[in-house]
Amino acid sequence: MSALEVTDLVREYVVRSPGASRFRRRRSVVRAVDGLSLRVAPGESVGFIGANGAGKSTTVKLLTGILVPTSGTVRTCGLDPVTHRRDLARRIGVVFGQRSQLWWDLPLSESFRLLAAIHRLPPGVWRPRLDELDDRLGLGEFLATPVRQLSLGQRMRGEVAAALLHSPELLLLDEPTIGLDVLSSERLRQFVRAERAERGTTLLLTTHDMGDVQRLCDRVLVVDHGRAAYDGDLPGLVRRVGARRVLVVDLREPIAPREVPGAELLAVEEDGFRLRYAFSEATTAAAVLTGVSEFADVRDLSVEEPDIADVLRTLYATSVGSAGRSEA
Amino acid sequence: MAETGVAETGLLATYRALLGSRVRAQLSYRTSFVADLLANVGTGLSEFATVYVVFSNTDELGGLDVWQACLVFALANITFAVADLLVGHLDLLPEHVRTGTLDAFLLRPLPVLGQLATSEISLKRIGRVGIAVVVFTIAWPQTGIPLDGRAIALLLVAIVGGTAIFSAFFVLAGALQFWLLEGREMVNSITYGSSNAAQYPATLYPAPLRWLFGYVFPAVFVAYLPVLALTGEPGPPGLPSWLGWFSPVAAAVAWALTLLVWRSGVRHYTGTGS
Repeated sequence: MSALEVTDLVREYVVRSPGASRFRRRRSVVRAVDGLSLRVAPGESVGFIGANGAGKSTTVKLLTGILVPTSGTVRTCGLDPVTHRRDLARRIGVVFGQRSQLWWDLPLSESFRLLAAIHRLPPGVWRPRLDELDDRLGLGEFLATPVRQLSLGQRMRGEVAAALLHSPELLLLDEPTIGLDVLSSERLRQFVRAERAERGTTLLLTTHDMGDVQRLCDRVLVVDHGRAAYDGDLPGLVRRVGARRVLVVDLREPIAPREVPGAELLAVEEDGFRLRYAFSEATTAAAVLTGVSEFADVRDLSVEEPDIADVLRTLYATSVGSAGRSEA
Repeated sequence: MAETGVAETGLLATYRALLGSRVRAQLSYRTSFVADLLANVGTGLSEFATVYVVFSNTDELGGLDVWQACLVFALANITFAVADLLVGHLDLLPEHVRTGTLDAFLLRPLPVLGQLATSEISLKRIGRVGIAVVVFTIAWPQTGIPLDGRAIALLLVAIVGGTAIFSAFFVLAGALQFWLLEGREMVNSITYGSSNAAQYPATLYPAPLRWLFGYVFPAVFVAYLPVLALTGEPGPPGLPSWLGWFSPVAAAVAWALTLLVWRSGVRHYTGTGS
């Protein structure tokens, strides 16, 4: 059985805008999801990416039963999310990055106690589970703090722990790292990796953050205008759009920069101490580095991955929504 | 799937935990709770003053003397305030839609209405219940109605049925806001309008209003009809006083219709996601 099975999913919104007269309003139909099909096997981790308004959040709502499809079918953990909303709720965990599911006016620990009551978890089950989550997410220092006083990073750790308290088989994270600082998001990613490694939890993650995708996802699904524009792994996506990585080298002595075969010199920075070379899949970072080492004394180096926004922009420009539509 | 007895206990325990957390949250802000409570006592007193002024200027109005009118006031206020305490916060539905808590409710394995109902409990309404109970205790001996088994049974029926009727109105008012997201004032006319209507004898109203609050929004079942049944009055045309025994029936009908509206409201929400 698939963890997620979506066939020809369509979701339309009726948008009413002020029309010609005061009482007549124009009715227009917007397709947020337009014939999306996808299948996710248990244990997979899928990054669901796309521009704002591409239909990501709508899809997550359709997968969880918050929204009803206009047409097409959804099976989440084998269940119809609309007719089996409550059964499904016991088997999935959901975090909406921009919306809290915690009790804002109570200490964080109360939220866990209430969620345990809601999921009818006996103390013998949820207390050890909370200890485990606390241990990995470091909740202890603010368990007694009212949720409204938590920092964003603390609250997000609380949200993720809340979504996982009942040990769901499928975790849906909608922009979990939005607004988090580098340290907080890295900590969260580490936690999700550990959790998945241990329990084999299926993960669907919507994000704008390339780091989330790189660290957490084996598979990337790009949606554009409500359709799948790409379905595959991340290097494949980068190859597909011909995006280039950038080798940044810091030199011991500034030197007149030279071209390196297979790479393009993008910039000379820091008064000649730093060079940036862009290179595609046709060559490797090691080859470019060797090329640079022939004329310069390299002190330090780093490789910059293509920016996800750039990759997506290129993909949308080339695919115009229809190419690469996934076959379920 | 049939729920077993064990599962039912579990569900009750869940709701008790949810409500308990709300009670603790309110009592943790003691000053503001006391202020709210006093404000509620004030509202109850001023409502009573209105009724009292009207009835003390005449021997009889709408077939009731001043003490019987006090009983109507007391029953109407006990039932309304208890309903308000339990489910009065359902008119905050647009707030839940806006902040996304409704989506959070949809992600939990419990009915949305149960979660909304237990998402708050307005303990401050106890102030108004208190006023109504005091009025009742003072007025009852003055009416000369014997406190026998029949009277106690009728009072119990009236209080349970009346609370259920007003609760249905609050839920209906909340449900309508799935469509009217800015309609809090409008739907308040159902709840507060009915509450006002329940406080006065229905004979004061012109026939269309009497029918409206008798058979559409059955506010007269809450207090007026039970008091008529207690005093043995026949009741106005179209509203015989024996109907005073039937407020639970009126409540059941009101709840059935309300739940239908609620269900289609939730469907409307998941259908539009606005």
